[in-house]
Amino acid sequence: MAQPLLQLENVSKAFGGLQCISHLDIDVKEGQIVSVIGPNGAGKTTLFNLVTGMYRPDSGDIRLDGESIVGLAPHKITNRGVARTFQTLRLFLNMSVKENVMAATYGRTHASLLESILRLPRARREERESNELAQEKLSFFGQRLMGYRWNQPAYSLSYANRRRLEIARATATKPRILLLDEPAAGMNPVETHEITELIGQLRREGGYTILVIEHDMHVVEGISDRVIALDHGEKIAEGTFEQVATNPRVVEAYLGTSAAERK
Amino acid sequence: MSDAPTNEPVSESSGGPAIGADEWVARSGERAERHGGLTGRAQSLYGRVPKPAVFAFFVTLAVLVPVFTAQTDNDIYFLRVCTIALVFALLALGLNVAVGFAGLLDLGYIAYYGIGAYGYAFLSSDKFGIHWEAWLVIPLVVAVSALVGLLLALPSRRLVGDYLAIVTLFFSQIFYILTTQGYRISFLGLNKDLGFDRANWDLTGGPNGIANVDRIGAFGLTASSERAYFYITLVAVVVVFATLSLANRSRTGRAWRALHDDTLAAQAMSVPVNWLKLLAVGTGAAVAALAGTINAALLQGAFPDDYNIQVLIIIYAMVVLGGVGSLAGAVLGAIVVSVFMLEGLRPQTPIGDVTGNGRWIFYATILIVLVVAIRPWRRLGAILAGIVAFGVVVHGIVAVATERGTDGLLNSGPDTYDDGGPVGWLIRHWLALPGGTYETGSRTWFNVALVGVIALVLCMTLVKGWVRDALIVPTVWLAAFVWETRLIQEASGPTRFLLLGAILVGLMIARPQGLLGRPRVEIV
Repeated sequence: MAQPLLQLENVSKAFGGLQCISHLDIDVKEGQIVSVIGPNGAGKTTLFNLVTGMYRPDSGDIRLDGESIVGLAPHKITNRGVARTFQTLRLFLNMSVKENVMAATYGRTHASLLESILRLPRARREERESNELAQEKLSFFGQRLMGYRWNQPAYSLSYANRRRLEIARATATKPRILLLDEPAAGMNPVETHEITELIGQLRREGGYTILVIEHDMHVVEGISDRVIALDHGEKIAEGTFEQVATNPRVVEAYLGTSAAERK
Repeated sequence: MSDAPTNEPVSESSGGPAIGADEWVARSGERAERHGGLTGRAQSLYGRVPKPAVFAFFVTLAVLVPVFTAQTDNDIYFLRVCTIALVFALLALGLNVAVGFAGLLDLGYIAYYGIGAYGYAFLSSDKFGIHWEAWLVIPLVVAVSALVGLLLALPSRRLVGDYLAIVTLFFSQIFYILTTQGYRISFLGLNKDLGFDRANWDLTGGPNGIANVDRIGAFGLTASSERAYFYITLVAVVVVFATLSLANRSRTGRAWRALHDDTLAAQAMSVPVNWLKLLAVGTGAAVAALAGTINAALLQGAFPDDYNIQVLIIIYAMVVLGGVGSLAGAVLGAIVVSVFMLEGLRPQTPIGDVTGNGRWIFYATILIVLVVAIRPWRRLGAILAGIVAFGVVVHGIVAVATERGTDGLLNSGPDTYDDGGPVGWLIRHWLALPGGTYETGSRTWFNVALVGVIALVLCMTLVKGWVRDALIVPTVWLAAFVWETRLIQEASGPTRFLLLGAILVGLMIARPQGLLGRPRVEIV
C-alpha cells in the first residue's frame, strides 16, 4: 500500500487545561478529498494550525510524504507543499488581486533584493513567471478575478470573490495538499454549489490532495472520498459520508444524547 | 510594464453573469472615473502619463534649482534649505521601508542616521587623524549601519506594534546617551593598562560632538560649494527613490506589504517573515546612514542633538504627512515640513520673511482644514462668514468700550505695527488685540485666551450638528488671538512644533492617508 501523503500519528495539543486535540491519527492519501466535520470547538481549525506549523503539537508526529514536519517554520512547511485557506478570510487586503497571488510565490522564487533592484536576468524571469502563474491561477475562476479586477485592491472584492482569491493564492504556492477551512462559509446556495464543483475541479485539474473543513453537509456529501468527524479533539468516526452521517456518536455530538437515543 | 492580459472592463454580456451588488460596488471606481467631471478627467489624464516621465520631470525641476540661484547670500541660504530638505527626504524614504512597506513601528531609526554621521566623522576628521576618501567611507559606513540594523532587529523580530516601538525607542535612547556621554569611556578603569593614553577615553566628543569633519572628497576632488552638496544629495535621493521603488515592486516588496497586511497569512503563504522584517530594518538603516554621512559632511561636524528623538519625530511627521507607504509622499512630506515648518517659522530668515514668521502658514492651515473638512459648500460659507462677522462685531464692541489705538490695537498708546501688509492690517482690525501685543512683556491675555481655546476645542468634541458649527467660529477667532498675542513671537521655538502637531491632527481628520498615500483597509 502506498504511503499516505499526510499522516498524523497520535497528535495531541493542549492550551493550558484545554485539550484541543488528543491522540489524533489521520491519514490522507494522495489524490483524496477528505472532509473534517464536527461541532464548533471540536478542534478542526486547531488541526489545520498544527499541520501548517502555526502551532507545535505537544506530542505525536506529523509527516508529509514520510518526512516529519513537526517544528518546521510555517513558511518552510508551505514550501514543502502544504497550503491553506483561512476560515476568517486573511487576504492581503491592501494589495491588488494580482499581487495577492504573486506574493504567495515568494517561497519558490529566489532573486535577492539586489538582483530585483538591478533587474538581473533571474529576477526578470521569476517576475515574469510569477505574473504568468497569477494569471493562470486567477483564470481558474473564469472572469471573476480577471479583467479589471486584476489590478484592484483585494478589499474591493465581494465576500465570495475573496474566498475564491484565497483559494487562488493558496494554489499559487504550488502545494501538494490543500487545506481548505470552511470554503463555503457565508456563501449563498448557488455559490455553495459552485464551491462543491470547484473542489472537485481542483483535484481533477490541479492534482491536489485536499483536506477540507466544512459545515455544509451538502458540500461534504458532494465532494468527500472520506469523512472524519471530530468532537472535543478526538476522532469519533471515520469512513464514507453515509457511514459517518449515520454514526450514533456523530449524531450525538451534533444533536445531543436524547436525539441519538431516539434514532 | 503591462501586467494584465485584458485590462478593459468586462462587459456584462461577455464576462459571465453579473449578479448581485458586488459587481456594482466593484465598478464604483470606474463609474467615478467616467463621471468624475474635471478632477476625474485630470486624474485619468495623469494616470495615462508613464510614471518614469513624472519622475524625470520632477528630477529635472530639482536639477534646475541651483541654476536659477545666483551667488547672493539669500540664494545660498535658500540652496542650503533645499539641501537640508533633500537630506530629510532621504531619511523619510528610508523610514518608509520599515514603517510604510513592512508596517514596523521602528523608533530606533534615528540611531542609524547618527551612526552614519558619526561613522563618517570618525573616518574623515582630525578626531582620530583618519582622513579616508568618501568613496571608501560612505559605502563602509552604510554597510556597517545596515548590519547594525539587522542585529538590532534580531531581538525585536518577534515583537509587533507597541512592543516593537518600546524596544526600538530604547535603542534610540541608548544611542543618544552613547553620543552625549561617550567622551569619558572607561573600560573597567583599565584604560591605561589597555594602552589608552587617558583614563577617560573620548570617542564621540560628548555634548560638543565632533567638529571639523572633512568635506566629501574623492580622487583629489573636494565638494565644497553649496551647489555641490545640493547635487550630491539630489543624486542620493534620486538613486534611493528609484531603488526603493523597484524594490517595492519586486518579490521582496510584495512580501513586505503582505506581512504588513497580515503576518500570519504571509507566513502561511511561504514568506519567511522574520527575515523580511530584518531586511526591512536593515534597508532603512542603510538609507539613514547614507543621509547621516551627507549631513556630517554638509555641517562639517556630528553633534548629538541632530540625532535625538525630536528629529525622529519630525521624520515620522514627514512620512505621515506625505502618506505612509508612498515614496513620492515621503519626499513631499519632507520638503513641506522642512521648508515650511522648520524654516518658514524661523524669524529673520528670507523664508521666514516670506511666511511672515509663520503667520501665513498658520492662517492658511486653518483655512485649508476648514475647506477640506467641512461639507457641503453652503455650510462652509456660513461658517466662514460667521467667523468674519464675529471678529468685526467683537472688535466693534471692544472699540466702543475702550479707547482705540492705532492699527487695530485697542486701548493702546502710540503703537504702530505694520507687519504683514494689508492682510496683516485686516487681521489686526478683525481681532481685538490689547495694546502692547507685539511687545514682549505681559502674557496675561495670551494665557487666558489659550485656556479659552483649549476649553472650546474640548467642548466641540462633546457637541454635534449646528452647535459644533457655531462653536468653530469663536474657536478660530480665539486661536488667531492666541497666535497674534504670543505664538508669533516664539515662532522658532515651541510654536513650530505646536503648529506642526496641529497641522498633522487636522490632516489626519481630513485626509487620514496623508497627502499622497492610498487609503488603507485594516482587517475587520
